[in-house]
Amino acid sequence: MAVMNVNPTRMELTRLKGKLRTAQRGHKLLKDKRDELMKRFLDTVREVRALRAQVEEELMRVHGSFTVASALMSGPAMEQALMYPKQSVELDMTFQNIMSVNVPRYEFRTRTKDNGDIYPYGFANTSGELDDAVEALGEVLQSMLKLAEIEKTAQMLAEEIEKTRRRVNALEYVVIPDTEDTIRYITMKLDENDRATTTRLMKVKDMLLAQAIEEQKARDARALEQFR
Amino acid sequence: MASYRIAVLGDRDSVLGFQALGLSAFPVQGPEEARTILHRIAKENYAVVYLTETLAVEMEQDIARYKDALTPAIILIPGKEGSLGIGMRNIKAAVERAVGVDIL
Repeated sequence: MAVMNVNPTRMELTRLKGKLRTAQRGHKLLKDKRDELMKRFLDTVREVRALRAQVEEELMRVHGSFTVASALMSGPAMEQALMYPKQSVELDMTFQNIMSVNVPRYEFRTRTKDNGDIYPYGFANTSGELDDAVEALGEVLQSMLKLAEIEKTAQMLAEEIEKTRRRVNALEYVVIPDTEDTIRYITMKLDENDRATTTRLMKVKDMLLAQAIEEQKARDARALEQFR
Repeated sequence: MASYRIAVLGDRDSVLGFQALGLSAFPVQGPEEARTILHRIAKENYAVVYLTETLAVEMEQDIARYKDALTPAIILIPGKEGSLGIGMRNIKAAVERAVGVDIL
């Protein structure tokens, strides 16, 4: 039982009752938020895992094709072929709001519209394997971008869930029980004060009554004396 | 709507192909160089940074710095040497962070 350091007064009691109501309401809302976030997060994570596995596998294949291509061409020649891109990629970033977490949505634009037009080199001095490698990489890029989007989303959701969970727990296990305990403490203290006041009044009343009876008796005695 | 760029950080062989596709490729020699480049491009308008896992092993601290920031999103990709499983492990870590235990 952890009682807060407050004065046991009626005003404090009213304040604490208000605080408890707010805390309970906040707790309920945050709990709902956490549950919904968790649902979204798990969906996202499942997606991320599948996509990541796929991207990694595809990328490995692309690396493989590049290795083959580089085996058929000299290093400098290949570098020269790839150094100056014809294609350029620009990214538009918008935000989506998932339970008050801003997550990025990427939309990418390429300069050349035609997918067959991505090779930044002439075909005379390069091997066909390089074409395949570049094309394959272009295909993976789509998935890689999607991966970036959902992986970042997962990271940000994870952060938000962690924060929300801390808040929910703090409210559930610290703030609410402490406030309840303090309210009980103050109520008991006030009741005790009431009882103390009542008994004190009864006692005083008894004493006054006894005194009045004494006085009355004395008066009666005096009157009787005079009468005789 | 601002337009952003995409960066690829890794060893020469791993990033060369991306250069051809029009992404900004940064071939680096080692983690030291990668670190300085990462911090530099994080300030510029790069929305996504692809980083090879080989480099990521040595750069945990630096990556963690951008984990909760909106940009850049640092995404690990396998380098020439193959997948080291760090990307997958990071997903696990995210789940553990959110749920408390790995439930998947």
